[in-house]
Amino acid sequence: MLLEVKGLCVNYGRIEAIRDISFTVDQGEIVTLIGANGAGKTTTMKTISGLRPVRAGTVTFDGKDITDLPSYERPVLGISQSPEGRGCFVGMTVMENLEMGTYARPDRKSKAVKDDLERVFELFPRLKERVNQAAGSMSGGEQQMLAMGRALMAKPKLLLLDEPSMGLAPKLIQQIFDIVTEINSQGTTVLLVEQNAAQALKRSHRAYILETGEIVREGTGKELANDPSVKAAYLGGDV
Amino acid sequence: MTTTTNVTQKKKDRPNLNERIADLPLPIKVVLWILFALFLFALPLLNIPFITTPDSDFGGVLFTVSTYVLVALGLNIVVGYAGLLDLGYVGFYAVGAYTVGVLSSQHGSLPWLWCVPVAIAVAMVSGILLGAPTLRVRGDYLAIVTLGFGEIVRLTLVNSQWLGGAQGISNIPRPPGIELFEVPSIDWSTGVPVVDLGTTTTFLKFGISDFIPYYWLALVVIALVLVFDILVKNSRVGRAWEATREDEDAAELMGVPTFRFKLLAFALGAAIGGLSGALFAGKSGFINPQSFELLLSILFLAAVVVGGQGNRWGVILGAIVVSYFPERFREFADFRVLVFGLALMLLAIFRPQGLLPPRRTLRAKRADARQHVLEEGEAGA
Repeated sequence: MLLEVKGLCVNYGRIEAIRDISFTVDQGEIVTLIGANGAGKTTTMKTISGLRPVRAGTVTFDGKDITDLPSYERPVLGISQSPEGRGCFVGMTVMENLEMGTYARPDRKSKAVKDDLERVFELFPRLKERVNQAAGSMSGGEQQMLAMGRALMAKPKLLLLDEPSMGLAPKLIQQIFDIVTEINSQGTTVLLVEQNAAQALKRSHRAYILETGEIVREGTGKELANDPSVKAAYLGGDV
Repeated sequence: MTTTTNVTQKKKDRPNLNERIADLPLPIKVVLWILFALFLFALPLLNIPFITTPDSDFGGVLFTVSTYVLVALGLNIVVGYAGLLDLGYVGFYAVGAYTVGVLSSQHGSLPWLWCVPVAIAVAMVSGILLGAPTLRVRGDYLAIVTLGFGEIVRLTLVNSQWLGGAQGISNIPRPPGIELFEVPSIDWSTGVPVVDLGTTTTFLKFGISDFIPYYWLALVVIALVLVFDILVKNSRVGRAWEATREDEDAAELMGVPTFRFKLLAFALGAAIGGLSGALFAGKSGFINPQSFELLLSILFLAAVVVGGQGNRWGVILGAIVVSYFPERFREFADFRVLVFGLALMLLAIFRPQGLLPPRRTLRAKRADARQHVLEEGEAGA
């Protein structure tokens, strides 16, 4: 088990954003959290990457309790996140953004970084074309690619993707999901948060459904995709 | 998608001044730098018409300008690099000056030179003490807290007899000097430059009437701070500041301990402010709380914003504009402040990014323009 979340509770002030949720992510999996707006998906992501303090419960990564570990120490362990809304450094160039991805790597000056850069450029050829362009001047899809590429430059064991398809054109969404599958097949475990449930369920090994801060369903991607109630609530199918 | 590639592939043909200088061969660059440095050192002796201030001692004005430059460089680390709005920067300036005052005159008799490192250290510690609890708040709140800090420092100075109260501290020793030789100046009164052997500056005597040696000292300090600034900005620290300023959460996700880096920016900025204050105390020989009014914080910030926050050469230019022009046009009496205010407003309207904005700001601006062109293109299609 790569990641284990147990009894997690997170508050924003007095408002409970997440109530007692537990889930696991195994080595090599794509696991998806789906749910409506405000269900607590992004909060869960931010808690795993350390941006939100935990009120109760534990987060264990690679056998190590990281519940109270500061966020900036987590990339060193192998957790890397592409945040919601992309969070590219808009004034920096594409290259500088990718270099920021290696900030926490102890081997950032070695040849391994070059290989990883090549790998990112293979996944996202568009980034290679734009290497000296300011991140802020790129389209939403390109910025999403950059955010994912930057997260990969940290050479994570677990890649957290928060709504990678948000605000993108349908064709581009397809492409992004293809790349997620490709990243996973190259050996990186992926935890995905999505509103685009149909695509996400099709691609993931397992999924959890979040509703108002609690996990209400779990199963394999296929199970949930074919479940009538899930279809009705999240996939826009008829009841 | 094809249109977007076309637009980006269009390169600028004409290199700007910066690029042309950067393209010069190294020996020429070194010679140019040396000539420029010599010019700066000779500036108060040359008495160039129009540049020289007619109504106040030019050496003194140049020293004041240099302290502003130094302060602007320090504040630029905080505001420009780390993106933290600091409205109480004068507090650190005061801490530096008063540390020298207390150690050398009020409660001790250390020589000026010994006091300077202590002043830097004390200012740095005060920066950390202020930053540690307050840097967790963001944006506007930080501005208010720092504003309060500047005022608290000033009020403490006014009300503490131990620190000299409203009268301040006098008899602060001057920097140590050696009198080696006399440097003549240039006289333009006949319309042509003539070497004036009657008006000379002693190298290197820190006296009470000739401020030129203080200006020279300040120039050397500025050069050292600049070297330090360049080294830090180009290191991992500089990159971490940039990331923190642009997106704090994303920076944390990349493994940047943002709080520590903000604190570091605060401490380094404070140290340079303190150094500046120590220079000021050494030149004046006398300090009182009135020298550290809130207005000064605003002027320091204006220097950074006018010049182009984040670009060290920009903020130097901004500091010169903010401190030199009011002195140069002293003959217009109170009107100069009015004109100065108007000029600042015009700058804010027509050049909000500053006189010399950093590359990334230009980059972001170009990106905006490009986005605009694209949207218009889509609307037309």
